[in-house]
Amino acid sequence: MSETKGIMIVGVGGQGTLLASRILGSVLIGQGYDVKMSEVHGMSQRGGSVVTYVKFGEKVYSPLVDQGEADYILAFERLEAARWISYLKDGGTLIVNDRRISPMPVITGAMPYPDEIVEKLRAKGSKIIASDALSLANEAGNAKSVNVVMIGILSALAEFSEDVWQKAIVECVKPKFLELNQKAFSLGREYALKSL
Amino acid sequence: MKTLLLGNEAAARGLYEAGCRFVSAYPGTPSTEIAETVAKYDEIYAEWAPNEKVAAEAAIGASIGGARSFCAMKHVGLNVAADPLFTVSYTGINGGLVIAVADDQGMHSSQNEQDSRHYAIAAKLPMLEPSDSAECLEYMKLAFELSEEYDAPFLFRTCTRVAHSQSVVELSPRVEHELKPYEKTPSKYVMMPGNAVKRHPIVEERTQKLIKYAETSGINRIEMGDTSVGYVTAGICYQYLRECLPNASVLKLGMVNPLPLELIQEFASKVDKLIVVEELDPIIETHLRSSGIKVDGGKNLFGLCGELSQNKIRKALGMSTASFIDFGETVPPRPPTLCPGCPHRGLFYTLGKMGLMVSGDIGCYTLGSLPPLTAMDTTICMGASISGLHGFNTVRGAESAKKSVAVIGDSTFMHSGITGLVDIVYNKGISTVLILDNSITGMTGHQQNPTTGKTLKGEPAPAVSLEKLCEAIGVKRVRVVDPYALDELKAAVTEELNALEPSVIIARRPCILLPEVKTSPALYIDQEACKGCRQCMTIGCPSISFNNKKAAIDPTICVGCELCTQMCKFGAILKKEDK
Ligand SMILES: Cc1ncc(C[n+]2csc(CCOP(=O)(O)OP(=O)(O)O)c2C)c(N)n1
Ligand code: SF4
Ligand code: SF4
Repeated sequence: MSETKGIMIVGVGGQGTLLASRILGSVLIGQGYDVKMSEVHGMSQRGGSVVTYVKFGEKVYSPLVDQGEADYILAFERLEAARWISYLKDGGTLIVNDRRISPMPVITGAMPYPDEIVEKLRAKGSKIIASDALSLANEAGNAKSVNVVMIGILSALAEFSEDVWQKAIVECVKPKFLELNQKAFSLGREYALKSL
Repeated sequence: MKTLLLGNEAAARGLYEAGCRFVSAYPGTPSTEIAETVAKYDEIYAEWAPNEKVAAEAAIGASIGGARSFCAMKHVGLNVAADPLFTVSYTGINGGLVIAVADDQGMHSSQNEQDSRHYAIAAKLPMLEPSDSAECLEYMKLAFELSEEYDAPFLFRTCTRVAHSQSVVELSPRVEHELKPYEKTPSKYVMMPGNAVKRHPIVEERTQKLIKYAETSGINRIEMGDTSVGYVTAGICYQYLRECLPNASVLKLGMVNPLPLELIQEFASKVDKLIVVEELDPIIETHLRSSGIKVDGGKNLFGLCGELSQNKIRKALGMSTASFIDFGETVPPRPPTLCPGCPHRGLFYTLGKMGLMVSGDIGCYTLGSLPPLTAMDTTICMGASISGLHGFNTVRGAESAKKSVAVIGDSTFMHSGITGLVDIVYNKGISTVLILDNSITGMTGHQQNPTTGKTLKGEPAPAVSLEKLCEAIGVKRVRVVDPYALDELKAAVTEELNALEPSVIIARRPCILLPEVKTSPALYIDQEACKGCRQCMTIGCPSISFNNKKAAIDPTICVGCELCTQMCKFGAILKKEDK
């Protein structure tokens, strides 16, 4: 496990990317890795583009993932996938919630929202798992659980056992929302296992 | 026990373990979570001060009172606290005193990217700079030890990528430090000329002693590797550099002021070339050059602006970087926006519609400057809205005062807006000031402040009455409006602009994200009734979008504030029960 790995969680401020990174961090620490995660607090959380970097390995130095260095990118929205795709490593995987949230320049009509983002990214050779994480989150009982659905999808690709993830969710989620998030996790995981 | 902590959480843990007893801070990204985390420890008194100067002075007083004391702020906050900073350097301390300052290279959440290391040099204060969470904890404890050993307040510098990165730390128990006795010592604590003259040489001697410490203690360490190039670096840059060059020779500085010149000289003699890796200003580089140490690379490679990363260092050093694919089309930016239901939105819509000059300030409401609202003319620093408007209107005359307003948040008004209002009243200005009272310090993540009736620890507290405060300053025209009621708001602004005396309008409604605020069910748009006039789009609510020439509301984020309803002339925006 000498090589350092990088995961990025990108989305729109307010989508709960921080909880996703907390769960991921808890899993990685539990596996005995050195871990660093760089988060965004403050201004961009007000509906702006947000990114969290997660790094793990035997010894991690920089908390940032740079262009061409991410093994996985979890994009909570497809325009954000397009924005950050240059950070994906050759052979890395993009996991995208195939949903549109228009940014203000699109809402005001100043700029167009690019069409067929996922198809275009696929055509460029990226490995992509696209899902409708919002519907899965609604099925779990709350639209806000998109973050945990996405973690469920990632869990199906990673080498750690399901228990490890379940344990991390118990650690990171308030008891009141535990059942909801466990359901969201399972729905995400099943979806990924089916589509692999 | 090993655990993952943010740099700020680790710094707070360091305060706990070091036996710190007193913490005062004013919020500011990326420093805020230090005080928020400390507030959870019963053993430590922790408070929000109204501004950074007060926080620093309170911590100084607590130190003189014998306690290990601490204050925290963001980089621009240190400008506000600079006055006490320079003189507490002369007095020194009683209980250990640490002042944390968080820089924001890259301006993720700030109005400039000033380099706070200049303050350490200018105020002749020692400064430690951790590079990850483990060092945040370790250096915090060390700073208290050294503060007491050298009778010096210690500066503790972090940055966004240290403060807001989580990494692994090992926790230890708290070591209590009893209050030190207080003895009246005017020669040390009364800084009038006769005493200060005697204290200055003591400061210079202290710096010499601190240099000796910096030369020999392990805080600045040489890691020898490949000797063709040696790198001098500190803080987060050390981590970026190590990521690129695991086998390089590196001198890692944990103390960035004063610098250990002999150690650096020794390091330089062991390598063929010397390169300084630092963000922002050439503080280390300039010092080395002026001391006659040959530097082969620094700002010529890394530049003066923004933050570094492993790839930026690789590129500057001519190393290769990983290949990547590009989307290949313009990706529209996604700037932050006022939340759906934000009480500030209707206000900026109104000011924009009225075509006023808006002297702005810093807070969530600064987002009122972005399209489509675009209703702010200036933003300089906290408090400048009111005093700036006074200057603007004084040179441009009474007509200007009828077409201009200052906007300022509740927290910002308490921070440094009050004195500006005094300036207007005292100097017979007639400007109109709007205090946007959303009952919280929003921008930095919802902190209590003196107007909210709660302390940092969540206890009930006396709330400052903005109305009475403004009246006491001498403003005769003070009124309160609900910023959701657009017609009333417009009428109030028009009336106050025309008054030939100073006025204050308090636009009062709590931030929609506060737990006690109840939101309403999402509205929807009757697709038959919608004429596609786009009028509802002019308020810039992120819940409203336009598809197939008709407006649509995203039910997952609309909070039913009914601001858009006031825009639509065709009655197309409806509540569910209107069906
Ligand atoms: C000197 C200084 N200290 C701290 C900050 C960080 N900061 C920016 S805005 C703000 C307060 C905003 O609160 P408020 O005025 O109540 O407006 P709101 O965000 O709630 O709309 C703070 C603390 C700063 N920019 N400058
Ligand atoms: S956090 Fe509150 S004040 Fe800030 S934009 Fe959102 S609703 Fe407005
Ligand atoms: S869509 Fe209308 S009611 Fe809903 S949050 Fe936006 S302005 Fe308020």
